[in-house]
Amino acid sequence: MRQKILMFGWEFPPHISGGLGVACYDLTKSLSELDVDITFVLPTLKSKPESNLHLKLLSSSDVKIHKKDQIFSYEEFLSGINVLKIDSPIRPYITEEGYLKFLEEYNSKLNTTYLDKSYNLHFSGDYGPNLIAEVFRYSYIAGIISQKTPHDIIHAHDWMTALAGIEARKHSGKPFIYHVHALETDRSGINVNKEIYDLEKFALESADRIIAVSHFTKNNIIQFYGIDPSKISVVHNAVSRTKVSKQADLIRKKPDEKIVLFLGRVTFQKGPDYFLEAAAKVLKKTKKVRFVIAGYGDMVNKLVERSAELRIGRNVHFTGFLKREEVEQIFSASDVYVMSSVSEPFGISCLEAVLFDVPVIISKQSGVAEVLSHSLKVDFWDTDELANMIYALLKFPALEKELLTQASEELKQIQWINSAQRVKEIYEDLTLVRV
Amino acid sequence: MPSICFYFQVHQPKRLRKYTIFDINRIHFYEADDANCQIFHKVANKCYLPTNQLMLDLIKRFNGEFKISYSISGTAIEQMKRFNPEVLDSFKRLVDTGCVELISETYYHSLSFLHSTNEFERQIQKHKELIQKEFGYTSQTFRNTELIYSNSVATTADRLGYKAILAEGTEKILGWRNANFVYQPINCSNIKVLLRNYQLSDDIAFRFSNRGWAEHPLTADKFSTWVHGFDGNAETINLFMDYETFGEHQWSETGIFDFMWALPEYLLSHTSFKFNTPSQVVDIYTVRDKLDVPHYVSWADTERDLSAWKGNNLQDDALESVFKLEEKVYRTKDEGLIETWQALLTSDHFYYMCTKWFSDGDVHKYFNPYQSPYEAYINYQNVLTDFEAVVNARTAQLQEIK
Repeated sequence: MRQKILMFGWEFPPHISGGLGVACYDLTKSLSELDVDITFVLPTLKSKPESNLHLKLLSSSDVKIHKKDQIFSYEEFLSGINVLKIDSPIRPYITEEGYLKFLEEYNSKLNTTYLDKSYNLHFSGDYGPNLIAEVFRYSYIAGIISQKTPHDIIHAHDWMTALAGIEARKHSGKPFIYHVHALETDRSGINVNKEIYDLEKFALESADRIIAVSHFTKNNIIQFYGIDPSKISVVHNAVSRTKVSKQADLIRKKPDEKIVLFLGRVTFQKGPDYFLEAAAKVLKKTKKVRFVIAGYGDMVNKLVERSAELRIGRNVHFTGFLKREEVEQIFSASDVYVMSSVSEPFGISCLEAVLFDVPVIISKQSGVAEVLSHSLKVDFWDTDELANMIYALLKFPALEKELLTQASEELKQIQWINSAQRVKEIYEDLTLVRV
Repeated sequence: MPSICFYFQVHQPKRLRKYTIFDINRIHFYEADDANCQIFHKVANKCYLPTNQLMLDLIKRFNGEFKISYSISGTAIEQMKRFNPEVLDSFKRLVDTGCVELISETYYHSLSFLHSTNEFERQIQKHKELIQKEFGYTSQTFRNTELIYSNSVATTADRLGYKAILAEGTEKILGWRNANFVYQPINCSNIKVLLRNYQLSDDIAFRFSNRGWAEHPLTADKFSTWVHGFDGNAETINLFMDYETFGEHQWSETGIFDFMWALPEYLLSHTSFKFNTPSQVVDIYTVRDKLDVPHYVSWADTERDLSAWKGNNLQDDALESVFKLEEKVYRTKDEGLIETWQALLTSDHFYYMCTKWFSDGDVHKYFNPYQSPYEAYINYQNVLTDFEAVVNARTAQLQEIK
């Protein structure tokens, strides 16, 4: 019998394709190859889904709410939740603008149409300042969807949709899996947002099973959230793409010039400041190298200033946010990829770098370090050692050669189909228990 | 009358200190003194001292019937003298019994044969002088680093006057034959080769404490039955292993010392079996066949080839880089520089750079002070970068004087 999965996710390409969306896409694609039927619920669909997609995409915005069908109205639903308050000015998940307009619209709709026969709740699907409010609306809809969609398992990705998973379980009684791709403790270190943390903790405690993308994340779930290890399974992420050909039009470099790349959100979590400090140390030894910080985030200005202070501005380049094609070009042009994250649940970009024949230096505080043994590994705070490794890669060609030979070989084993197989086993395990 | 021939390898490398780009042109001392000292004391207390005492007691107990042989690298002897002379003294007491044979090797436990015959011979000579000085002993048997062996290693050892050489008893070189006879290297008329019985040797060295092994726990009684089973189809059972097997690889808690203490008695309970050392074995038995080994074999990993030390990009680059300096280093005639360079040839440095972890991973990781082969390579190359600069500076200085 084919398993039916009701899956909740905040991202799905092309509807926001951050790392989470890509992971969701690749995982579900491989699951469908293993005869798993998936209904994937997004906050909103910005365009019509492809016709031959491997799963059924549902938009929460399109769900009609029939007053008479619901035990609680949305307002009653909200009043029943006392873990968190809503509509508070939270720090956004990523820096994005424009949300107030929606809020107005939503409020008016709630006031006017709620009393009518049916109405919709609208979603931006972004990570706006009212993300938490949206998360609650989304979970309310999840309860409705859960009644209309036959399923054996509920599977939710990250905290934005975890409440939805719990809400769905209330109605269907099916086991709920909380798939953790990132935690608030990764994103914010010790300055955690209490609301998100509490929400995560609540969901982690409620979940019938937790899937963590690495042992690193599993340990954080145990350590920072006090969760019983026996219900946490580790399923590593993977990379779906095959070897790519190098195309480097974006950056023209001199033959003897090397490029060291940082790619990702320029935020506390990703440790771009450590990258910059290491860059300064390498530049004391050689000037024939450029350091590229590709991505945007709240630390950019601070880092630009710091690079000026270190007098390395001429060799450090900030590109801002890059589109996918630009990302590929910057990978192609690079000689070393550095992931200096302070706390990285996985880090698929390191696997991508290898596909572009770029050797990687990985923070030991990451999940990808568990699967990519043929990489250089460094504590994110050890900028001396990071500089030492960057310099060695620039100076000794045999190092790059061996790293790439071995890592490419290793990458063949890091396939989504293997991860999907593990997830499927967890599905089977959970449905067996219930029988 | 078959012989039982024990040979134990005693070796400690001079591990390198953590050496980064920031140390280049600033610090010209490369050894990890603290770590080397610490490791040496650990191994001395867990293995060398208790095992030497055990062997000495066994020799006394059997009145000369129990015989063993050792090969002790020059770097190990240096560390004994520096960190714990009692260890060296206990080896001297063993040698003084007359029941112990000392085997010759390259002073720095090096891979020099693969790159420079000159250096190979220099290191053998240096080791010979050391053994002569410390033990008053002249070795007649030779073993190359990690039992790396081929026809050419054998002919060189033959030319240097050794009467026995040790090698791995792998099917790769034996074919249908077995390891339990004396063979002669092809193209040699004097030297004879003894081959390691890897099954029986590894039963002790690797499998002894493995609870997943069907024969666990291994008793002296059981092991002796296996050895005696070869009666009639063997003239020498060569049990070659790292000395650190006792107490270090196989912890005392596994019962390895009790096993070894009981073993000679059980082995000798079959009256045909006697203990002999390599140079005695080659004297007693006649050559049964010629052995042709055109390609290198070793006792390492499952491949029994050179791939633990050579063959990947890191290792080949590091080896080429260090041997490229040979001539330049010797031209300085600076004893200190020459010794520093020689210590950089020790096989362990290249073993740490081995990237084929997946089948032989456990053993490699166990012996590896680095987190990864890549870090081992970076450290080594950083050291070599500084060392080359020092050699260049010295060379320039000498030219100025001229």
